[in-house]
Amino acid sequence: MIPASFEYAVARDVAHAIELLTSSGGEGKVLAGGQSLIPLMKFRLAQPAFLVDINRISGLAQIRENGDLRIGALVREADLDMNPIVRERYQILVDTTRVIADPLVRNMATVGGNLAHADPANDHPATMLALRASVVARGPTGERLIPIDEFFVDTFTTVLGPNEILTEIRIPKPPARSGGAYLKLERKVGDFAIAGVAVMLALDEKGKVGAVGIGVTNAGPTAIRARKAEEILRGQATDDKTIAAAAAAAAGESKPWSDLRGPAEYKLDVIRVLTQRAIRKAVARATGGK
Amino acid sequence: MAVETAPTTSKGQRTLKIHVTINGAPHDVDVEARTLLVHFLRENLGMTGTHIGCDTTNCGACTVLLNGRAVKSCTVFAVQADQGTVATVEGLEKDGKLHPIQEGFHQEHGLQCGFCTPGMMMTAVALLEKNKQPTELEIREAISGNLCRCTGYVNIVKSIDHAARVMRETAEGKA
Amino acid sequence: MAVEIGGIGHSVKRKEDARFIRGKGKYVDDVKLPGMLYLDIARSPLAHARIKNIDTSKALKIPGVVAVITGKDLVPLNLHWMPTLMSDKQMVLPTDTVLYQAQEVAAVVATERYIAADGVDAIEVDYEPLPVVVDPIKALQPGATLVREDREQKDNHIWHWEVGDKAGTDKAFKDAEVVVKQDLYIPRIHVSSIETCGIVASFDKVEGKLTVWMTTQAPHAIRTVIALVAGHLGLAEHKIRVISPDIGGGFGGKVPVYPGYVLAIGASVLTGAPVKWIEDRAENIQADSFARDYHISAELAAKKDGTMQALRVKTIADHGAFDAAANPSKYPAGLFHIITGSYPFEKSFVEVDGAYTNKPPGGIAYRCSFRVTEAAFTIERLVDVLALELKRDPAELRMQNFIPPTAFPYTSALGWEYDSGDYGRALRLAMDKIGYAELRKEQAAKRAKGELMGIGISSFTEIVGAGPSKNFDILGIKMFDSAEIRVHPTGKVMVRIGVKSQGQGHETTFGQIVAEELGIPVADIAVEEGDTDTAPYGLGTYASRSTPVAGGATAIAARKIREKAKLIAAHLLEANPDDVEWKDYKFQVKGVPAKSKTMQEVAFAAYTNHPQGMEAGLEAVDYYDPPNLTFPFGSYICVVDIDRGTGEVKIRRFVAVDDCGTIINPMIVEGQIHGGLTMGLAPALYEQITYDEQGNIQGGTFMDYLLPTAMETPNWETAKTTTPSPHHPIGAKGVGESATVGAPAAIANAVVDALAHLGVRHIDIPITPWKVQKILKEKGVAE
Repeated sequence: MIPASFEYAVARDVAHAIELLTSSGGEGKVLAGGQSLIPLMKFRLAQPAFLVDINRISGLAQIRENGDLRIGALVREADLDMNPIVRERYQILVDTTRVIADPLVRNMATVGGNLAHADPANDHPATMLALRASVVARGPTGERLIPIDEFFVDTFTTVLGPNEILTEIRIPKPPARSGGAYLKLERKVGDFAIAGVAVMLALDEKGKVGAVGIGVTNAGPTAIRARKAEEILRGQATDDKTIAAAAAAAAGESKPWSDLRGPAEYKLDVIRVLTQRAIRKAVARATGGK
Repeated sequence: MAVETAPTTSKGQRTLKIHVTINGAPHDVDVEARTLLVHFLRENLGMTGTHIGCDTTNCGACTVLLNGRAVKSCTVFAVQADQGTVATVEGLEKDGKLHPIQEGFHQEHGLQCGFCTPGMMMTAVALLEKNKQPTELEIREAISGNLCRCTGYVNIVKSIDHAARVMRETAEGKA
Repeated sequence: MAVEIGGIGHSVKRKEDARFIRGKGKYVDDVKLPGMLYLDIARSPLAHARIKNIDTSKALKIPGVVAVITGKDLVPLNLHWMPTLMSDKQMVLPTDTVLYQAQEVAAVVATERYIAADGVDAIEVDYEPLPVVVDPIKALQPGATLVREDREQKDNHIWHWEVGDKAGTDKAFKDAEVVVKQDLYIPRIHVSSIETCGIVASFDKVEGKLTVWMTTQAPHAIRTVIALVAGHLGLAEHKIRVISPDIGGGFGGKVPVYPGYVLAIGASVLTGAPVKWIEDRAENIQADSFARDYHISAELAAKKDGTMQALRVKTIADHGAFDAAANPSKYPAGLFHIITGSYPFEKSFVEVDGAYTNKPPGGIAYRCSFRVTEAAFTIERLVDVLALELKRDPAELRMQNFIPPTAFPYTSALGWEYDSGDYGRALRLAMDKIGYAELRKEQAAKRAKGELMGIGISSFTEIVGAGPSKNFDILGIKMFDSAEIRVHPTGKVMVRIGVKSQGQGHETTFGQIVAEELGIPVADIAVEEGDTDTAPYGLGTYASRSTPVAGGATAIAARKIREKAKLIAAHLLEANPDDVEWKDYKFQVKGVPAKSKTMQEVAFAAYTNHPQGMEAGLEAVDYYDPPNLTFPFGSYICVVDIDRGTGEVKIRRFVAVDDCGTIINPMIVEGQIHGGLTMGLAPALYEQITYDEQGNIQGGTFMDYLLPTAMETPNWETAKTTTPSPHHPIGAKGVGESATVGAPAAIANAVVDALAHLGVRHIDIPITPWKVQKILKEKGVAE
C-alpha cells in the first residue's frame, strides 16, 4: 500500500501553516499525527495534493490550566495520558485516551486530530461533548472559539474552513463534587468502538445532579450529545430508576447502524448499558471513589 | 489519478533531502515526500530488520523508536523523521553484547517465525525505558499494538519480564 | 553427558534465534538483487463481471513502468490458467471474466515499488457486472448463477465424496434410543501469517536457470509444479532452484501457488531481470486461500445410558471459484473423516459436496491438518449436545465413551487406524489441574445469583503426519519426506531435510534428533532446509508432518550412519562388530566400557582410516514412507464468564493437556501449543470473513479481521501426557496444530455451558458479543 505522490511543506508556525493552506487553493491537507490520514492515503482513499506538516510548530503541544484546561492540538494521546494535571483532575480524559487505538498509535496520534478528523467512531468527540469543551481555530482572518456542540457537521466534516487550523481544546474547570467516565466496548483492544459513552456530572450537597454532559461514540454521523438523558438526570438523585431512565433516553437519542460491529439493535442496548455504568462510575468518582 | 501530476502549489516539494540519525549513525538522503519511514529504512538504507505486516497500522511489525518513542514506521513519512533519531532492531546489540530484551526473547522462547520479533522488541524497549517493573497486565497492554501469530504471547510476556529483571539487576549492580 | 548432547527431551534454546533477534532474518522481501523490478497487481472490484476492456495506456506512460501484463498477453504463453493442487485449474489472469472480488486482473512491472503501485492505480478496466452467487447452498440449487463457464459440467457442483457404511449407519439411527442433531457453520477464516506472501524470481537467460525466493511451505513441490506448468517455456526442473528462505509464518497459507508467483516468474523470464512481488495485507486477506467455510449437519445416535453408537454427517463445502485446496489427491475433503474423534462409534457415514461460488478460492488449512478442525469441532460440540439431551455431565459422558487405552491400535468406523492413545488420562489430568469439581460448584452458586459462567471441554483426536504412500499424494507425488546427513571428518554434521520451518524451530529440533542418534552435541550439527538445489526432495511442512515424516527420515538416516560407524568402530577397536554396542552415546566393546570410540573418532577414521573394502565417508540419506499416520490427542478445559450487559465472553482460565507422543524439545512444543491455542481462540471468538450478496468482502483488512492481541489472549496453562507412537522411529506424533484443532470446541462449549440452563444448545462461531446478548435478551436475563 503506497500513497499517491504529493507535495510537502513544513509549517514553521501557525501563521505559516495558514499561509501554506491558503496558497494551495483548497488542495492542502494538514498532517498532524497522521494516524488516520496516512492509512487513508496508503489505500489512496485520500489523495491530497499538498500536505502541510504542522508537527514542528512549537507551542501547540502543551497542556496547561488557566482556569480552564487547555490542551494544545498537537498533544499526543500518550502525553495526555501521562500528564499529571489530567491524571489528577480529568480521569475521563485518561479513560478516553487509553482506549484509542493502541499504545504505539497513541505515541503519534494527537488530540486535535482525533477531533478535527470528525470520525464518529473516534473517542474524544463524545468525551469533549460531555465535557462541554470548545476548540480554538485560527484562520486567515484570525482566531475563533467554537463550542464543541457546534464543531461537528457530518462524518469527516467540521465547521473548520479549508484554511483554518484547530490549535487548542479548552475544557471548563470541573466544579466541586464532579466526576466523569468514558466507557467503550470494542471487538478487541485497539478497535474502534462498538459504542462508547462519556458522562461528566457534578453533584450538589444533597447528591443531586447539577451540571451534566453525556456524549456517545458511533451513534450517528457525528458523535452525539444525549441531551434528553442529561435532562432526566439534572436535578435528580442518582438512584437506579433515574439512571435506568437516563440510559434508556441516551439509547433513544442514538442512531447507530448495523455493521461488522454488530446490529443496530445490539448497539442500542450497549449504549444503554454503558450509559448506566458510566453514570455510576462518574458518580463514584464525584464522591471520591475510583 | 495520482500519477497525473497533481496541481503544483509551488509551496511544497515532492522530494526532500533529510538528515536522520539511525542507531547513532547520521544519514543524509534524498527521499520522495511520500516515502514511508519503513520503506526508507528497508529500501533506501537496506535495513531490513524492520518488517511490514499490514497496511492499516494494526500489526506493529514495523515498530521503531522515533525520537525515543515507539511508533509504527508504516504510518510515518520519512520526512517527518528529518533532523530526528530513529532506533531499529539493528541497533540493539552494542559492542557485540546483546540487549537484555534480545536475551530475554532467546531465553524465554519469545519468538518462533521471528517476523513480528523486531517490532515487538522495540515496543518492549520503549516500555522498559519508562517502566522498570511492569506487571503482566502492563506488558500485555504495552504490546497490544503488536500482533504475533505464532507464540500466543505467553512467552513474549515472559521475555519482556525477563529483560526487565535483568535490567533492574544491572542497574542495581551499577548503583 | 545427555545434557551436553542436547538430544531428545531437552529444552535446547533455539539456534535460529541468533539471527532473528538481531533483525538479520532473511525473508523474501529482504532479498534485493541488482536491476530488480517490482510487480504489483490490479484487482477486480467486482465479484463477477465480464471484462469489456483493459486500458493500460496511462500506466504505460508513467516513467519507470516497464510492462503491463494482462490475461491476453499470457494466452500465447499458455500461462493464463494454471493447475491447482486439487485437479482443478485456476486463472492466472482472466481473459474475459472475473469470478471473485480481488481477483488478479493485470500486473504492472516497474523499476520501483512505488511506481508499480502508481501503475496499478492508472489501469482502467471496463466491467460488465454479472449476477453473483455467494452462498454455496444456493449455488447448488438448479438454475443458480453459473460460476465456471469454462467447465463442461454446467452447474456449480465440484465433487461428491463419501465414506463409511451408509446403510448400517442409517439402520443404527433408525433403531437408536436417542438421536441428537446439530447444524453448524464453520466460517471462512484466513491464516494471516504476519508475513504476507511474496516472491523474487530471477531468470538467467544465458544459463537458462530460474532462481526463485518464495514464501512457500513446500519448495520441492513448487519446483515440480513450475516445471510442469512452464516446461514448454524451457524451464526444466534441473534448472529451477526454489529457495524458501526464512518464512514469517505459514499455517497452510503458503502451500498453494498464487497467480502473483506465476506472474513474477513470467515477468522475469520475459524481461530477463529479477522481479519481486510482495502482496500487501489487503491482498493477502482478500485474495489468498481461505480456510474452512463448511456447512455441516451432524447427527449422533446413542443409547439412553449415554453409549455413543453412530455418527452421520452431511456437509457442503464452499470452495470459492476454483478448487484450490491443498489436500492429498484422494481426499477432496481432507481428513475430515477423523470426525469420529475419541469415541468408538460402531457405525458412521460422512458425505461432503463441494460447491463453486463467486468468492476467492482455497479451502486450505488454518494451522490444522487437512479439515481436522472442522471434524474435531463438530464431534466435540455434538458430544456436548448429547450431554445436554441426556442431562449428563460432559466430562463424565466423555469418560464413559472414550476408546479405551487397551483398544489401540484402533480402527475407526471410517477406516483410520489410530496408533496409540489414553484419552481418559488426559482428561483426568485437565480436570485435576483446573479443579473441575470446584468449578461446577462455583457455577451452581453463580447461577443461583443470576451470574453466567461456563466450563467447556474438548477431548480431541488429531490426525497428522501425511502420509503413507499407499493413500497419500499431492499431484501424484507421494507424501514421503527425506533427510540427508553428512558427518564431516572432524565430527561436525550437516543435516539437510525435505521440509521447511516457518517458525517451528527445525534447525534446533532436527539437530536434536541427530544428536540423540549419533551422540554428537547439537551445537555441532547444522540443519539446512528450503533450498531445492541442496536439500533432498520432500513434500514440505504443513499438516504437522515435519516431525512424523521428516523426523522419521532423520532418525533412520542417522541410524544408517550409526550402522556403518559401528563397523568402523569395530575396526578401530580391533573387535568383532557383533561385540560392539552403542551405549552412552559411544561405541563400546561389550562388557569393556574402557574400550570405546566416540562418534567423532569414528568420523575422523571414516575419512582417514576406514576399513579396506569399505567406502570412505560417513553419510546417509533416507526417504521415509510412514507406515501410518500419527494421532496426537488432548483434553482442553476452558472457563468463561459472560457480561450480561454487553454479551462479552471473557476467558478466565484455559488448561490444555496435550499428548503428542515423544517430545523432542519441551520448550518448543509448549510454544507451539501456546500459538495453536491462540489460533483456536481466534475463530472461536473473533475472526470471520463474510461477503455481502454482491460478493463484496466485509472487512478485508486487519481493522476488521480480528487477530487476537495480547489483551484478548489468556495466560494459557499447559500440561502433558506422553503416549508414544508405536510405529514412529522415535515415537513422536507432531504437535504444531493440535491446539488449533482442539481449542475452538472447548471455548464454544464453555459459552454454551454458561447458557445451557436457559435452554441454549449451540451458538455458531465466532461467538460475538451480539450473538450472546441476543440470546440473553430472548431468555430474559440481559442486564
